[in-house]
Amino acid sequence: MPTIVKVLAFSLGMALIFTGIANLLPQVEGQAPEDKEVDLGALTMDSFIALGEDIFKNKGTCTLCHNNMGRAPDILHLDMNEVSRKHLADERYKGSATDVAGYIHESMVDPGAYVVKGFGKKGSKDTESPMPAVNKAPIELTDVEMDAVTAFLQAKDGGEVTVALPSEAPAPSTKEAVPSVAATAEEAIGKFGCSACHAVLDSSAELGPSLKNIGARLSAAQIRQSIVDPNAVIAEGYPPIMPADFADRMMAKELEMMVKFLANSK
Amino acid sequence: MLTRLISRSTTQSRWQTRFWILALLAMLLFFIGNVPDSSSGIGFVDAAHASETVAEEAVELKGAPKLKREDYPQLLGMSSRSIVWVIAQMHLYLAAFVLAVPLFVTVIEWIGVKNRDDRYDDMAHEFMKVSMTAYSLTALFGGTLAFALFLLYPDFMGYMMRVFGGQTLVYAFLFFAESAILYIYYYSWNSLRYGNKKYIHLSLGILLNVVGTTLLFIANAWATFMMAPSGVNEAGAVTGNIWEIMRGPLWNPVNLHRFVANIAFGGAVVGAYAAYKFLSAKSLELKAHYDWMGYTANFIAILAFLPLPFAGYWLMAEVYAYSQQMGITAMGGILAWLFIVQAVLIGTILLAANYYLWSGMSRCDGSERYRYLIKYIAVTLVVCFLIWVTPHTLILTAKETAALGGSHHPMLGPLGIMPAKNIAVNLMLIATFLSFQLYRRSDKEVTVAWAGLGNALLVTIYVVAIANVIFAGIYYGYFTNTVYKVGSSVMQVVSTLIVIIAGVTIDSLMFKGAKTLPSKWGQVSNRAQYALFALPIAFTWLMALMGYVRSSVKTHWHVYTVMKDNSPDNYIPAIGHAGNMMTIATISFVLIVLFIFWIASLSESRQVKPVASA
Repeated sequence: MPTIVKVLAFSLGMALIFTGIANLLPQVEGQAPEDKEVDLGALTMDSFIALGEDIFKNKGTCTLCHNNMGRAPDILHLDMNEVSRKHLADERYKGSATDVAGYIHESMVDPGAYVVKGFGKKGSKDTESPMPAVNKAPIELTDVEMDAVTAFLQAKDGGEVTVALPSEAPAPSTKEAVPSVAATAEEAIGKFGCSACHAVLDSSAELGPSLKNIGARLSAAQIRQSIVDPNAVIAEGYPPIMPADFADRMMAKELEMMVKFLANSK
Repeated sequence: MLTRLISRSTTQSRWQTRFWILALLAMLLFFIGNVPDSSSGIGFVDAAHASETVAEEAVELKGAPKLKREDYPQLLGMSSRSIVWVIAQMHLYLAAFVLAVPLFVTVIEWIGVKNRDDRYDDMAHEFMKVSMTAYSLTALFGGTLAFALFLLYPDFMGYMMRVFGGQTLVYAFLFFAESAILYIYYYSWNSLRYGNKKYIHLSLGILLNVVGTTLLFIANAWATFMMAPSGVNEAGAVTGNIWEIMRGPLWNPVNLHRFVANIAFGGAVVGAYAAYKFLSAKSLELKAHYDWMGYTANFIAILAFLPLPFAGYWLMAEVYAYSQQMGITAMGGILAWLFIVQAVLIGTILLAANYYLWSGMSRCDGSERYRYLIKYIAVTLVVCFLIWVTPHTLILTAKETAALGGSHHPMLGPLGIMPAKNIAVNLMLIATFLSFQLYRRSDKEVTVAWAGLGNALLVTIYVVAIANVIFAGIYYGYFTNTVYKVGSSVMQVVSTLIVIIAGVTIDSLMFKGAKTLPSKWGQVSNRAQYALFALPIAFTWLMALMGYVRSSVKTHWHVYTVMKDNSPDNYIPAIGHAGNMMTIATISFVLIVLFIFWIASLSESRQVKPVASA
């Protein structure tokens, strides 16, 4: 065999092995935020808080650092009402907030107002924060979105939400999370991310039980119970990881559409 | 002197040299006439004057354009990003190669002069011959890339031109200068070969590298501006002078990383050339020549490759310092999985390089003294490689997760995090350096009286460094918090560097005037030559992979925080898709490289004059 053919075959073989490994890994695309309108008139406090949670975990990219990896305080596991009061009373606090909502908002737009010990920029002795101002690029949260995050952080540990719901005027537009009511069962399934774990519609995920023939195995009442109280009955062989807060996040119309759709999936 | 030089050149080179000198002068005149004046606010103005200009013309400052999807032209329904991706990658591969080759060629030429050994001079000349064809292809791909960018991303390119202004013309001018010096350097090789003339030739080599490296740094400034813009305000309006725009926080780390990586890449490609010629050679004499050439190329590639992870550390540290969000996106976010592929690639490079060195030890009987160590080095490399590729989170089905009791394996889980990988990487580098050192010692017999003491000192340094790498990784990595984890990696890197520096220093002193044992060049196995091919393939793929990370950390921004990307391709592609693109680019580059090898060989062949028929 000519040398050139051997060399080409060897090169191609190696490159294909590398490609194969790349294709074996989890395939995740990093989508850019999309501009969507929020119907402020349809907002309830619950959906406003849900919007805040969604922004916290997605567009705000807060969980990139605020997690249990030690890069920044693990906000989701801290009572932010208590923590905020403690920081406001600390002599190192340099900001102008006077209450919990003000402190949380200030920490988003001016993170240097109070730097938690051990989390400052390297070499700054905790006087400078590595956190970017979230109302500026690259995150660019609007006032409404920051209020929604504040409401979420106040509410998640049972605290009183002191942020007012946004009014109609001026009508702000926010990006990404849209708590508007889904029009169809398919849209609701997409909105609540069921297909991330369950085989449903085009998904073949295996983290939870398949929903493609769920109607043949469960009644409408059982399906409803599985959504609003997923820990009541755990399907054999699957971990108890389904979020238990769908009852709070779904509109009644969305729940019933979904139950009907799944009950008919036989 | 220049006139005399030209007069001794061949007719072809005379014309080329004259052409390039004229072109150079024309460009110089053009450039002098077109340097933007300070009142333009962009260009070569001092900082103070720039501030005044900005203050006076604050109202007129023009920010980066805010684009809509319809602002992006489409070509035959194809993905614009994919088109630019492949062309840019090809240009980068070739540019990295042609900028790197003269760097080590000049050094080899100087070694030839110092040792009065024509073999070095001939080899350096042959390396340059390979680089010459690549040079014109680099320019062709560069031109195509510029056309593709202006065609598919006109507003983005318009903004970049507005920001960098006259600097782009400096780049063009330097490109002409690079071409002129390169042709003079190559074609005057034989006419400036001996005596004082050789020093003129060496000076040309140095000048060529100064211009080439400046070109590299200028092009780097465009890329790093897109990642971490400086000299512009939040809206993207130019507020600083060109120097402030260029010296962003990531410029120097990228400059160092690319400079070193280019040398490793260039060495690997010429190593493949030597391997190709070795495999094609019919006579032992030719095989011996290309065996030696392959050994030298591998030496260059590995010597440049060993400090590369440290340049990478600096770059990532600067990325984190600039934007923690950007750093986490690269290392702990959506792109984290690709570091498994990176581990496979670097593991391949190290295993191939070590295998080549072990095979090469068979050239010399003196290597018998060290061969027993190879099996220990091999085990260390394989175990460390396996630790490096162990993922932190496993990809499991629900049943597997339930059976495992979570997404982390109870025993292998701790191997998935950075402290374990830092230990593995540093031990692999130390093991590779040991192979390298043993290979270098194989054909030498020490004569100094203090050899025993020197060896004892060296063994102590190895043992202490390895113990420190393991201790720092385990203690600070698993039993303290994150802040100390980062600090411990610095301790590990320093340990590895001490081994390398001490190893080179002690061996240089100990083997000064040592007795040289005979080497049987040309009798190395063919399999060892395939190790020389594995190096550039893995390097090529690795360069594409790192380019994917560098570009993706900008997420949906053309210029991070300043100019949004609203094109249909403004998402980070999945690693599988990116891998397919990398393989397309790698195979295309391999085909081009084989074409370059063929062209280089073509000039050596001469048709036999037909015998006139009776």
